[in-house]
Amino acid sequence: MENQANKTKARIEVRDLTMAYGSFVIQHDLNFTVKSGDIFIIMGGSGCGKSTLLRGLVGLKEPAKGQVFYDNVSFWDCDPAGQEAIMRRYGVLYQAGALWSSMTLAENVALPLDEYTDLSPSQINELVSLKLSLVGLAGFEEFYPSEISGGMVKRAGLARAMALDPDILFFDEPSAGLDPISARRLDELILALRDSLGATIVVVTHELASIFAIGNNSVFLDAETRTMLAVGDPKKLLAESNDPRIRSFLTRGEK
Amino acid sequence: MDISFSREPDNTFLVRLGGNWNIAYGLPSAEQLQKQIGSTPAPERVAFDTRELRGWDSSLLTFLIKLTNFCSEKSIRVSNQGLPEGVARLIDLASAVPEKKDARKKSSRAPVLARVGEATLEAVKSAGAMLSFIGEAFLAFIKLLRGKARFRGSDLTWLIQECGAQALPIVSLVSFLVGLILAFVGAMELKLFGAQIYVADLVGIGMAREMGAMMTAIVMAGRTGAAFAAQLGTMEVNEEIDALKTLGISPMEFLVLPRMLALVLMLPLLCLYADFMGILGGGIIGIGTLNLSPVEYFNETVSALNVMQFTTGLIKAGVFGVMVAFSGCLRGMQCGRSASAVGEAATSAVVTAIVSIIVSDAVLTVIYDRIGV
Repeated sequence: MENQANKTKARIEVRDLTMAYGSFVIQHDLNFTVKSGDIFIIMGGSGCGKSTLLRGLVGLKEPAKGQVFYDNVSFWDCDPAGQEAIMRRYGVLYQAGALWSSMTLAENVALPLDEYTDLSPSQINELVSLKLSLVGLAGFEEFYPSEISGGMVKRAGLARAMALDPDILFFDEPSAGLDPISARRLDELILALRDSLGATIVVVTHELASIFAIGNNSVFLDAETRTMLAVGDPKKLLAESNDPRIRSFLTRGEK
Repeated sequence: MDISFSREPDNTFLVRLGGNWNIAYGLPSAEQLQKQIGSTPAPERVAFDTRELRGWDSSLLTFLIKLTNFCSEKSIRVSNQGLPEGVARLIDLASAVPEKKDARKKSSRAPVLARVGEATLEAVKSAGAMLSFIGEAFLAFIKLLRGKARFRGSDLTWLIQECGAQALPIVSLVSFLVGLILAFVGAMELKLFGAQIYVADLVGIGMAREMGAMMTAIVMAGRTGAAFAAQLGTMEVNEEIDALKTLGISPMEFLVLPRMLALVLMLPLLCLYADFMGILGGGIIGIGTLNLSPVEYFNETVSALNVMQFTTGLIKAGVFGVMVAFSGCLRGMQCGRSASAVGEAATSAVVTAIVSIIVSDAVLTVIYDRIGV
């Protein structure tokens, strides 16, 4: 029973969120909840503010209005120490990987462990090897980000995002710039992470194949009205939504 | 590119297009044809005959689109039937989505006063940003003193090597030549009084108090300040700084602090080295062209200099180190998210550094004069 209750617990709750650059509103009045174990998709056309919303969720850009709650604690009302404590519970995979280019893959993954644990260097090395092998990069410890391919950079970025075993993972356009097979492998990795680690996952994407393959809940952002049009399982939205904007997005414009 | 036309009896204006249309031969003007179509009596429709056409590209398309727009303004029908199939389809494609009128950026310039106002507000804002950067850097420094700042020791070592040892060759060359130039300029005047031995004083004091610190700082502004700005700017573009922030690691401590430390520690050392290189350069002129003996020159230099002369120069070097590191890091952290923004950040870092070096040099010189050192 407890497990059941845990399953439906709200991990992230967004209330009346408005993101803006100065007086230019990107998205306004967003309300949605990400539950424990969800793979939650933030979708919408290019330029509708998906990545800006993500920056608001992960604490990089303060919203113009509204709140983001992590386990019922409002992120933007916390003091810096409180924000740091929340930040340690999630990992972020950036669009281009964002590996620190002056460090090897091993050093990249090790840095969060160095900063936040008291493990000895040899223990950290073991953990680093484990994380890298989870994303299929065993043996690449000593490579620099500039020496490996784009898909590998993304996977290494994922290894780094998982370094502290966070139970929430954010993905910014995980399949952008990847070939279809690498993109699918990344999707499978995301599913495996959810199932094995019980992580809650938020994915920003406009890749339809990924949306239907992994998402069990989603929010649809619209660029014209600058707000969300729907929340729900993307497969259900495809089957049931009457909104022509959502229908045309989910069917690639084919009617 | 042959264009001819005729008015057909059924009130049709027939345009015959022939030859090879290629943008390499330029874009033909549609004006003459428009004049003809616009002349009375206005035709009911415009049709095309392209049997003589041998090749076409965008030049034909722009020509036809201009013509079509003109005709629709005059409400004359255009029949695309005579056109090659590909041309007709491309024209349909180009006119499928009507031009978004408000999409074009406003190019009209704001009035002078408005622009002055905007520039002023911008300046106030950037002064504010600079102040808050100074504040954050200061807080990070306090954290360092309390032993709580988080950065990697290996980064600091690497940076010290980068802006210390690796700058030696260029600092040697520049300061040696500056010493040489000082000696030359001084020698010409001092010779008139038969006082060429004082070239040693001139070079020694000039290098130790002023030129050693200043030249080293300017070399480092171009070499290291720009590099800092470019490194941090590229990290901003690649979201590497965001990645640090979401890990709860302050970029101020992790990236800016070691860079500041490295430069503040290394610049005085480089300056001391530059002082000696300059004195060496001066000595070569003194001994080589003024017939002074090495011992004479050495003794004169030693008697002219004291620890105070060097200390004043080294204090300046330390201050310049702060200025160079500060400008480089500030511009790097303020960098926008594009490749050209990184270039602007590097340029602006060097400009800011050199201006602040000169200004702080002037301030320090006045202070030294007041307290009499």
